Amino acid sequence: MSTLKVKIWRGEEDGEFQSFEVPARENQTILDVVTEVQRQQEPGLSYRFACRVGVCGSCAMTVNGKPRWTCRTHINAVAKDGEITIEPLRNMPVIKDLTCDMTDFFQKWQKAGGTFKGTVTRKDKVVTIPPSSPKRQKADAGIECINCAVCYAACDTVNWDSEYLGPAALNRAWTLVNDERVGNQKEVLDKAIGDNGCSSCHSQGNCTASCPVGLSPSQSIHGLKRMSLLSFLGTEV
Amino acid sequence: MDRMLFVLQRLTALLLLPLIIGHLIVILYAVKGGLTSAEILARTQGSLWWGLFYGLFVVAVAIHAPIGLRNILKEWTPLSRVASGWLSLAFGLVLLWLGARAIQGVVL
Repeated sequence: MSTLKVKIWRGEEDGEFQSFEVPARENQTILDVVTEVQRQQEPGLSYRFACRVGVCGSCAMTVNGKPRWTCRTHINAVAKDGEITIEPLRNMPVIKDLTCDMTDFFQKWQKAGGTFKGTVTRKDKVVTIPPSSPKRQKADAGIECINCAVCYAACDTVNWDSEYLGPAALNRAWTLVNDERVGNQKEVLDKAIGDNGCSSCHSQGNCTASCPVGLSPSQSIHGLKRMSLLSFLGTEV
Repeated sequence: MDRMLFVLQRLTALLLLPLIIGHLIVILYAVKGGLTSAEILARTQGSLWWGLFYGLFVVAVAIHAPIGLRNILKEWTPLSRVASGWLSLAFGLVLLWLGARAIQGVVL
């Protein structure tokens, strides 16, 4: 059986790559390879996963230089001459091996006003919102995010400016300012367009290019910038 | 702060676009009969309109450019957010001073 050469990051920020060889199977994802290494060769290898089928967003890593969901990345799609390099996600501190500390990433969701604050209680009637309404369609375009941080790792602006809220948090804010059930839209918008918010984005589009769900955080941030300018000029947004 | 700077940079960009086009057209026109300082000064000295045109130009540049510089310093140098802001403000004031001196020279 032919083999795959796999280089896996070991240690913390100042760690190094360790090389492994695993059997090359016909149907194999990057996550399968990492699991094979951990089960058969290096029990001390740390990595994160949960669902294995692209639902939970836990297993994102940097594969051959690009952030990806490892569970949905087939070896054949990324292996170069039978070689694969696997590292933890960029832009977050490495805890050990392939796991990174996502605290800042999640805290930035809060900083961007990401908590849902409704206007009604469970005793009130459910408000009817037509799925065809323009605002709902804008919100719908961004709501499938599962917080995997692939866009955040792909973003050069986050890399340069660690305070920048990043594409995922701003995409969340965009869905809220377009969601008619949200009671504090002004507060969310102020946070998303404020310091370290949407105006830091350079519209490079790495987030959109790498989003495994096919969302466009870039478009959401563009929408926030437009709202920022129009609300300053006193135009209803 | 970031939001205000973002808005100011966009609005000054809108202002700068026609001013730059006007400036480039004047350059093409001015060099047609040979470029002499006497010819330029004859057009600009004492002219309220050229004073306003370049006055607005200088103010817009002095606001627009430092905001971009602040982002570059903040992202690409080890300078802090606050230090990048102050340095860019100083750069803006230098641009304003240089621009004002140039206008004084050709218009007054």
